[in-house]
Amino acid sequence: MQAHQQTQRSNELSFARADNSTLLVRLSGDWHLRHGLPAPELIEKQLDAAPKSARITFDAAQLKDWDSGLLTFLLLVSEACHKRKVQVDWTPLPEGVQALIRLAETVPEKTGARHEASHSSFLVEVGREALSYAKGLDDFLRFLGEVTISFAKLTVGKARFRRVDLMVVIQDCGAEAFGIVTMVTFLVGTILAFMGAVQLQQFGATIFVADLVGIAMSRDMGAMMTAIIMAGRTGAAFAAQLGSMKVTQEIDALTTMGVSPLEFLVLPRVLALFLMIPLLAVYADCLGVAGGAFVGATMLHISVGSYIRETAAAVTLGDILGGIFKAAIYGIIIAVAGCLRGFQCGNSSSAVGDAATQAVVSGIVYVIVACGIFAFVFNVIGI
Amino acid sequence: MATNSASFNSSDGKVVAVRHFPKDGRPPITVKNLTMAYGTFVLMTDINFTVNHGDIFIIMGGSGSGKSTLLRHMLGLNEPAKGEIWYGDFNFTKADVIQREAMLRHFGVLYQSGALWSSMTLAENVGLPLGEFTDLSDQEIREVASLKLALVGLKGFEGYYPSQISGGMQKRAGLARAIALDPEILFFDEPSAGLDPISSRLLDDLILELRDNLGATIVVVTHELASIFAIGNNSVFLDAESRTMIAHGDPKELLKNCSDHRVRTFLTRGGEDGQTEKSTRDHG
Repeated sequence: MQAHQQTQRSNELSFARADNSTLLVRLSGDWHLRHGLPAPELIEKQLDAAPKSARITFDAAQLKDWDSGLLTFLLLVSEACHKRKVQVDWTPLPEGVQALIRLAETVPEKTGARHEASHSSFLVEVGREALSYAKGLDDFLRFLGEVTISFAKLTVGKARFRRVDLMVVIQDCGAEAFGIVTMVTFLVGTILAFMGAVQLQQFGATIFVADLVGIAMSRDMGAMMTAIIMAGRTGAAFAAQLGSMKVTQEIDALTTMGVSPLEFLVLPRVLALFLMIPLLAVYADCLGVAGGAFVGATMLHISVGSYIRETAAAVTLGDILGGIFKAAIYGIIIAVAGCLRGFQCGNSSSAVGDAATQAVVSGIVYVIVACGIFAFVFNVIGI
Repeated sequence: MATNSASFNSSDGKVVAVRHFPKDGRPPITVKNLTMAYGTFVLMTDINFTVNHGDIFIIMGGSGSGKSTLLRHMLGLNEPAKGEIWYGDFNFTKADVIQREAMLRHFGVLYQSGALWSSMTLAENVGLPLGEFTDLSDQEIREVASLKLALVGLKGFEGYYPSQISGGMQKRAGLARAIALDPEILFFDEPSAGLDPISSRLLDDLILELRDNLGATIVVVTHELASIFAIGNNSVFLDAESRTMIAHGDPKELLKNCSDHRVRTFLTRGGEDGQTEKSTRDHG
């Protein structure tokens, strides 16, 4: 009888030939998960070695303690034998081991159930991602179209939602956002003033810091900073709220009641941000100017009165109205992106987190794209 | 209880007459050659059955067999890959959004989780459909909502939010909302899931009461054998392996007469003496 021995820490595995067609696997020692498992190639090598085995059996006389480590190994053996059409004789193994192996093999693997890892080439992956972004934009535009139809219904008094829901969202994305908008836009005003002052001081033109901050805030920065804050704060909240409602079937409950979720849930949110972001943007403009005035008064020795007068002279009504218009559009973009991600949410708690993340990312990206388009269009038409 | 026969304004302002289900013996629900699929993955094919007036119709089958998906198709939440669903003489599958919304107002749905709107109190949850689809005053809506909550044993809980009550109470509140408009067809998705045996039994009794007193036709998705035999008088059995329905009829009759071993195994919880599964394993 030929024998090959392989020692793996405390478990021991050896092979022998009972006869020309039967491979004997000898198991001894303690077989515990914590000691690791023998490599499956060992058994495959033995099965493939000449003369080919038609049957495999075991000797467990020296087997001491065992846990699912042994079972895992035996299932690998079973799989290797099954592939080679080798008959397995489990009877020499302890009764408990045999029962658990039968249990594991009672239900055969369902065809197609196993997900094989796909290995696509880099170019395929890039293409797939590009198509997914294109589809994302397509979904956004479709959803925007549906929201527009709902808005049209609202203007003729046919859209249905609870006024109290609108008020709650207005409070949430209006009054309750004051704190964060105050802090961020004041700091943005000071940063703009610092940056401008470094350059303008070289020419003795520090008073123009007021022009720089005032125009920047009123034309773009006030609206855009407010939009970015609200995308992170409210857009994510919209996605999480609607995503949770989807997971708990609350949206289905509305649909099967004959109530349009788009009108009932999306319209108040879009309307609230459409109304509130312009107001917050005007507030942000003022805070930005205050931040600039603070830097002017403390570092550049410009009196607050002079700073305000210079700002008033530099900023036109068109700048302010343009900023308000942009802010209103940003509000729609953020609300639509947030609600869309909520509606697209999967049916798990992690999907709600993903929806919130995607709402922030897509909200900010779309706002910045819109900002670029506005800059170009306003420049072309001379505003 | 009388059914609502008033007309109402649809979302686009059209006046849509409330449709009555035919009482001339035609089945209120007919599913014809239905194929359900997710993308290219076909879940079930050739589903054909009818549900009669006053039935408590059970959709049963093992986990993952597509029971809840069939319910979603019947509610219009999923579109059939093939086939049609009829309510009386109304082809629900081919109907447009407005017609479907009108039909949906005849339905009450109890979802597995209750699906109560978390930002509203129980009274507001029950009152929402009343406010949307009836001309009742706010005071009348509050009174009707209290009545519906009382019917499911939740009198006094009108001002509670869903998060303040237990899972069983949420389910009952969901039922109160489902019956708010005295629907002609009630759908229940796994009503016993997550409930203790006593609550589950009480819910079964409530379903029977609703059928007997509201005259509603009831469709229940469940795999709870106790409920199936206690309330069901008609059923369809979906089989995940063969991807189609393999039995249709009264569950008690299926238990006695069905020759398909898959149905018998299911209805006997694994075997005639409860030992089949174990003995199958024992003998490999």
